[in-house]
Amino acid sequence: MTLDKRVTIKIPRHLYDKLKEMIKGTGFGSVNEFIVYVMRDIASGGRLDQETGLSKQEIDLIRKRLIALGYLSNGKEEENR
Amino acid sequence: MLIEPHGGRLVNRVLNETWRKKAIDNASKMAEIRIRDDTITDIENIAKGVFSPLEGFMGESDFENVLNRKSLSSGLPWTIPICLDVTKEEAERLEIGEDCVLADSKGTISAILHLEEKYYYVKKEMAEKVFLTADTKHPAVAKIENMGAVLLGGKIDLVNERFDPYRRYNLSPRETRVLFKEKGWRTVVAFQTRNPVHRAHEYIQKCALEIVDGLLLHPLVGETKSDDIPTDIRIKCYETIIRNYYNSGRTVFSVLPVNMRYAGPREAIFHSLVRKNYGCTHFIVGRDHAGVGNYYGTYDAHYIFDEFDPSAIGIQPLFFEHAFYCKKCNGMASAKTCPHPSEDHVFLSGTRVREMLRRGEIPPKEFTRPEVARVLIEGLKETEI
Repeated sequence: MTLDKRVTIKIPRHLYDKLKEMIKGTGFGSVNEFIVYVMRDIASGGRLDQETGLSKQEIDLIRKRLIALGYLSNGKEEENR
Repeated sequence: MLIEPHGGRLVNRVLNETWRKKAIDNASKMAEIRIRDDTITDIENIAKGVFSPLEGFMGESDFENVLNRKSLSSGLPWTIPICLDVTKEEAERLEIGEDCVLADSKGTISAILHLEEKYYYVKKEMAEKVFLTADTKHPAVAKIENMGAVLLGGKIDLVNERFDPYRRYNLSPRETRVLFKEKGWRTVVAFQTRNPVHRAHEYIQKCALEIVDGLLLHPLVGETKSDDIPTDIRIKCYETIIRNYYNSGRTVFSVLPVNMRYAGPREAIFHSLVRKNYGCTHFIVGRDHAGVGNYYGTYDAHYIFDEFDPSAIGIQPLFFEHAFYCKKCNGMASAKTCPHPSEDHVFLSGTRVREMLRRGEIPPKEFTRPEVARVLIEGLKETEI
């Protein structure tokens, strides 16, 4: 038996072709992989931060842990550039 | 913008609570494979994206490509095989296409393996190509000798994380990426070590920090050799030296839970790619990086980068030569910058330093910071190192 049971979802061919073009060179191996990635994100609530690739919810959780561990102060870090 | 992870995106194969419960419920119906501690370390690293773009244990095509071309079958650079071995008998009872439970020696579920491939491999070939020797005195070659005859390939999903005594310092690639972003660091240099930080390491790190925004002091705390300094002592040394001698606004200390392979030059590439996943833009490669015995040339870990397209590696290696304190220069230097003969340099072998520390003697302050030496003396009193 497999845990990873999948179902087929149909999307218009032209959309499929467009996505196929879009993912070239992005690291996604297939349109299927890309759609699952996007859908998972939507399901977890929110758009991905462009720099970290994480949702706002994920970033908030990580920030809390970093503050708790003393890596970040409560306020916004002083920029060290 | 932060540097992209290797392959373009950070892998996440940690099951969320809903799927984790489903996996545990279904586990009793699946075949179970008992795995070693070092394999569990690999699983956790795959799941958290440390080994991005790997999503599981390598199939035959990736394995062969890594051995022969130092890349995955997609063409992306990758130099160390990440594989799961089982005995022939174990492999025979597993069905391709099925899910298997990967459990520790006590039966606790670590992950689910979606078994896609079973294949044979030649141990001698793996040893010679990855470790450049078939000598079983090499710790990794000895380990290969004890591996099962069959490798399993397939994606994994992490169900349970092990207890981590260094959790407080174990930031995942997602966490370091958020941290660097919050700090406003665009360029970050990572320093790899499995030893306490002596003056030479400190000098190299600070030279590198001069040209970037931040330093990630990233010691390895996975499986190392039995004669390496124990991790808890090393961590006390890192805490001590950072507290006394580093700019805390520019330094992050976190641990890297990866097993040492002692693959020398190949491991230098591997360590670089892993640091890229953590969000680092630069990586320090010193002399005899990830070496053991005399299996690799002193600067082979530098030369191997010439075999790759720098844009495919993505992270910038910073090559450093042996550093030391020079009495004539009256400061830290390296063979590249110091014109004086070796008699003017303060140099102590690892063995000599251990002897001094065991006797309770503090090595010269030009070699190691006294605060660090005191931590080592205290720590080593309780070990046989």
